[in-house]
Amino acid sequence: MNKTLIILKNEYLKRVKKKSFIILTLLVPFLFAGMFALIIFLSINNDNKERTIAVFDESTLFLSQFEQEGMTKYKFIPKEEYDKLKGNLKGSEYYALLYIPQDIYSNNFAQLISEKQVPFELNEQIERKLSQYIEKDKRQKVIDETGIPDLEERLAGTKTWIKLNTLKISESGETQKSSSVIAFIASYAMGIIIYFFVFMYGAMVMRGVMEEKKSRIIEVIISSVKPFELMAGKIIGTALVGLTQVGIWIVLGFVVLVGVQGFFSPESAQQMGQSIMESQQQMNPAMSQAAETNKVMEVMEMIGNLNIPLILFCFVFYFLVGYLMYSSLLGAVGAAVDNEEDSQQMVFPVTFPLILSIMVLFPISRNPEGPVAFWFSIIPLSSPVAMMARIPYGIPTWELLLSMFLLVLTTVGAIAAAAKIYRIGLLMYGKKVNLKELIKWLRYKN
Amino acid sequence: MEIFSARNVNKVFADTKALTNISISVNEQSIFGLLGPNGAGKTTLIRIINQITAPDSGEVFLSGRKMTRADIGQIGYLPEERGLYKKMKIGDQAIYLAQLKGMSRHDAIKNLKVWFEKFEIMAWWNKSIEELSKGMQQKVQFITTIVHKPRLLIFDEPFSGFDPINANLLKQEILQLRDEGATIIFSTHNMGSVEELCDHIALINKSVKIEDGPTDEIREKYKSNIFEVKYKGDFDKVNNALNQQIKVLSHLENNRENQITIQHINGKSNNDLIKSLIPVAEILSFEEKIPNMNDVFIKAVGESNRK
Repeated sequence: MNKTLIILKNEYLKRVKKKSFIILTLLVPFLFAGMFALIIFLSINNDNKERTIAVFDESTLFLSQFEQEGMTKYKFIPKEEYDKLKGNLKGSEYYALLYIPQDIYSNNFAQLISEKQVPFELNEQIERKLSQYIEKDKRQKVIDETGIPDLEERLAGTKTWIKLNTLKISESGETQKSSSVIAFIASYAMGIIIYFFVFMYGAMVMRGVMEEKKSRIIEVIISSVKPFELMAGKIIGTALVGLTQVGIWIVLGFVVLVGVQGFFSPESAQQMGQSIMESQQQMNPAMSQAAETNKVMEVMEMIGNLNIPLILFCFVFYFLVGYLMYSSLLGAVGAAVDNEEDSQQMVFPVTFPLILSIMVLFPISRNPEGPVAFWFSIIPLSSPVAMMARIPYGIPTWELLLSMFLLVLTTVGAIAAAAKIYRIGLLMYGKKVNLKELIKWLRYKN
Repeated sequence: MEIFSARNVNKVFADTKALTNISISVNEQSIFGLLGPNGAGKTTLIRIINQITAPDSGEVFLSGRKMTRADIGQIGYLPEERGLYKKMKIGDQAIYLAQLKGMSRHDAIKNLKVWFEKFEIMAWWNKSIEELSKGMQQKVQFITTIVHKPRLLIFDEPFSGFDPINANLLKQEILQLRDEGATIIFSTHNMGSVEELCDHIALINKSVKIEDGPTDEIREKYKSNIFEVKYKGDFDKVNNALNQQIKVLSHLENNRENQITIQHINGKSNNDLIKSLIPVAEILSFEEKIPNMNDVFIKAVGESNRK
């Protein structure tokens, strides 16, 4: 049997049989499902804590007119009690203290004092209450001054909220429903997944190399196989572990998806949609009118309209080639250094382009046609992450091919350089290695 | 018959010479000692034999043919700095290492079981290295070196980490391997084991070979006319009688017998010496001291350093 194959097999089995691998692989899909379930659960049963808020109304505009909303009650208090409470909120029955200043009408400011961080919804609720009231009051004044009787209805009729229905023309000329939101989510997720995979498995290779060097088994092994065979076996074996993991996740994800669909029957999905709509209604009354169609169906359709075969192909391509490039470089780092601390120092310069590309991932996902997106997705060291983030939006073929070509070219170069460093570094002990030293190694003759 | 040879091997690292024009020849079924102080270049030579590094110039031959990568399956190498995978089961890694040397899985398991039984570590087959004592680990390491039945074995400091009992066991195994047909290149600082085991030695100092030959010839070469005489009688009388002919290196007085270590300084024969002793003392023994390997080593390296 070919020696690379023996190493590959050993590497693969060693990692796949590890308890941590099995647990992580099996757990992640359920973790994700659990996370989604939790979000859904929380959005259905949103904030149901009973709270009373003391209101000191210096402006006297509101005339004790705050109604209870949800589980939050309001109680108006005089100034003396407010002054007393201000210093001693903790011991009182009130959750927070709302101070409405004299000049709220002109300044648009009020103050909420609380012991704990106020939930976002509550904050939003109070702002809305105050704004609506003052808005209404201001409007009434305008009505009174102008004397137009049905002004309020007419003004309400001018309120407009336009929803953008994005259609994308596919190459065959058909229009498809697409959503920039869906593309954005897919784009962002793709970038992050590629980043994690390349980083995680690249680091795995590096740690494996370091272990062999540290445990001193390396000399026995390279008296049996060529360093290049060893490196190739390790890198390919580890890549197969990654693909195995993705494969299991796809299967499990499918199973979980079917399970979730069964659990959330159509009625419960409808109920969920309703509760989301209700909350939107409160925030923006105009929006709900436009959003009557079944959202869930629409989302499914839009996901279906993403070019999934292309995305999957590119994912596997960019994962494998990007991983190959980074893992061979990280493997070389592992061979060059003696201990953890030194490796940290070396890992940063090597992975910097990768880290940089995750930092610009957000701008890229927002503006996939911009210069940042273009250059990051063409330059090979950052293209695995950046290009994956652009693909869900659709991409000119020539850009994709150029990016792939450059990446492959760079990877071949990286492997050649890494192999050299690897071969020299493996038997080098007790020498503090820096970048300058590594470049010197690259110049060595064979 | 020669099985291995290195011819005019040179190797330079950055600006230090590791090997200068080294040639050695190793006979089949012999034990060849490769000696030298730390940093002399032994490990570099061993790595060249193992095809881990290539010489700058010069060649190595196995069975008369120039060595290639394909030959490394015929070599078993126990490096000085050695180790095993910490987490992997002992049996599994022994199989893995044997496979890397070109054995089939089936043969590897069969041979390994024989050796594990022989070294009484079969019970550890499914344990990890972390659970083993140092000596135990060395046993496993030794087995993985020889399991593929190599024709040429290279041991770099094989006895480090062994207690005397296991070191002796190892010695027996090495001798038996030779008797069964293997050739052994053996690098060590333990000169006692060199005397016991090595048929032939080469001594390297500062990248240059300074001695090469059969072990007993080399020891013979470094003898310096030192004799040990045991006698009954008075030391002063003996000393006076010998005064003109020898240098007294040391003496030991004891109730029953005295001992004196002397060195010839002029060309008189042993018989003349004995003659001049007979009148003053009763000679119990008269023996020429052959230097041990330790003395040879120190003397040879010292001389070479003074040059």
